[in-house]
Amino acid sequence: MPERELKRKSAPARTESEVVEETPATSERGEKIKAELDDLMDEIDEVLEDNAEEFVRNYVQKGGQ
Amino acid sequence: MAIPKVCGIETEYGISVPGGDGNPITASSLLVNAYATEAERRTDWDFEDETPANDARGFTKEGALAPIVETHLANTVLTNGARYYVDHAHPEYSSPECADPLTLVLYDKAGEEVLRRSMRAAAHLYPGTPPVVVYKNNSDGKGNSYGCHENYLVDRAVPFVKVAAAVVPHFVTRQIYTGSGKVGAETPTLDKAGVTFQISQRAEFFEEVIGLETTLKRPIVNTRDEPHADPRRFRRLHVIIGDANLSEVATFLKAGTTALVLAMVEDGLAPPRDLTPADPVRALHEVSTDLTLRRPFTMADGSTATALAVQWELYTAARKYADHHGLSVLGGDEVGERVLGRWEAVLHGLEQDPSTLAGQLDWVAKRRVVEAYRERHGCDWGDSRLFALDLQYHDLRPERSLYARLGMERLVDDAAVAAAVTTPPADTRAWFRGQCLARWPEAVVTANWDSLVFDLGTDPLRRVPMMDPLRGTAAHTAALLDASATPAQLLERLSA
Repeated sequence: MPERELKRKSAPARTESEVVEETPATSERGEKIKAELDDLMDEIDEVLEDNAEEFVRNYVQKGGQ
Repeated sequence: MAIPKVCGIETEYGISVPGGDGNPITASSLLVNAYATEAERRTDWDFEDETPANDARGFTKEGALAPIVETHLANTVLTNGARYYVDHAHPEYSSPECADPLTLVLYDKAGEEVLRRSMRAAAHLYPGTPPVVVYKNNSDGKGNSYGCHENYLVDRAVPFVKVAAAVVPHFVTRQIYTGSGKVGAETPTLDKAGVTFQISQRAEFFEEVIGLETTLKRPIVNTRDEPHADPRRFRRLHVIIGDANLSEVATFLKAGTTALVLAMVEDGLAPPRDLTPADPVRALHEVSTDLTLRRPFTMADGSTATALAVQWELYTAARKYADHHGLSVLGGDEVGERVLGRWEAVLHGLEQDPSTLAGQLDWVAKRRVVEAYRERHGCDWGDSRLFALDLQYHDLRPERSLYARLGMERLVDDAAVAAAVTTPPADTRAWFRGQCLARWPEAVVTANWDSLVFDLGTDPLRRVPMMDPLRGTAAHTAALLDASATPAQLLERLSA
């Protein structure tokens, strides 16, 4: 996925006036963040509870304070 | 005049027992009792030869007999001055009294470590029983919430209505940096279909502006008047609206900014205009669900403001306050300046681009992970995996915690946290409580926030009151304690 599109999706809050001009420095930073996120996503795929639906359904707490 | 903002933080942890019988009181008691038993057996916790991952493998066994747990609710006071017990079917850790917000972060993190050690102790003491898993969050996603409360020492001379009026604008808006983030919504208060992600875990559970309740119709300002100190001199402001944070920056700011707002009221310094929303409860919900941080709410005076604008006004007033009065009430100028500096930087970050704070704030970090996961797997917002991600952000097991994987900014280090698990803060009465418990556990029959009761075997029980949270510090009592070989000698010297 092109980086710009990813950026826009992950930050829908940004208004037009704030869109930053793409410079080598920001795109480098963006690439680094994306690579880190990719690694993180690989890790998460490994540790996420196997049956997410059952895990979420069974997580029920008594109300507290 | 402002008095030192001694503070504390109490967290009800979420628990789950996959394969267990589903009784949360039993599971909570199991954790507290296991910790107390292990801590008693080994005065010095030594985990050099235990790695969390190895212990965790022991957790995966399921289906054996449940251990017998004492029928009375577990309740214990730790040598670090904290209280660790079962409350409302949750294990709860109440930190010792801390003299500044950074120390509060340290003892909040020590609480997480107590819970992690409890999980390991339970697995070690009762092998083969279903593991109890602990989550530091505030809701189950199904409409049930449990709290993370802060407490601040306030001058009794200041009328409570003034305190309440000052904290409402802060409590409605501070969530933009204290929020822990949540996938979806879960109460009739919010339009569930319209909320994909919100800033605060707790906001939607609040329905009143002010009141005594804590478990239903929760109020933004809780009026519980139980000072645990000399009631003629002190109040304890009991704050029930906060999210439980894993982010150290968030906890630091939560306590530091709130302490500043309270100090300003005590010194009669208010922001230049009334910052009260026309409908605080509604504004609270609106702020939590506005990820743009740009939607204004209506103020009592008819104008409009965003949460960020209100926070900037509070910050500016606090900056001025610090320039005039100094920051000794926050535990010193150094820590006070750190609060102000971080407050300003975080507000700038939120204004420019919240995503730059993914390494500092819980809701921003969680949102980034959830969005990236959606991107990768093409999930809809109703996908269970997103709710699972949300829960796992708060999982305290190192090998499962998503928070632990994010490498977020630390304000305290692991060695200091480990020490804080067993050692009390030196600069409040928690020092005397913790030291007495560490030295003479068999002689202390009851330990409360404001007293210790000793049984010396022969005399009637002897009560030592501690009505001032700033007395009983190491400076006051270390020499006395060191000079006493027995509790009898201590009491003799105290009454001399």
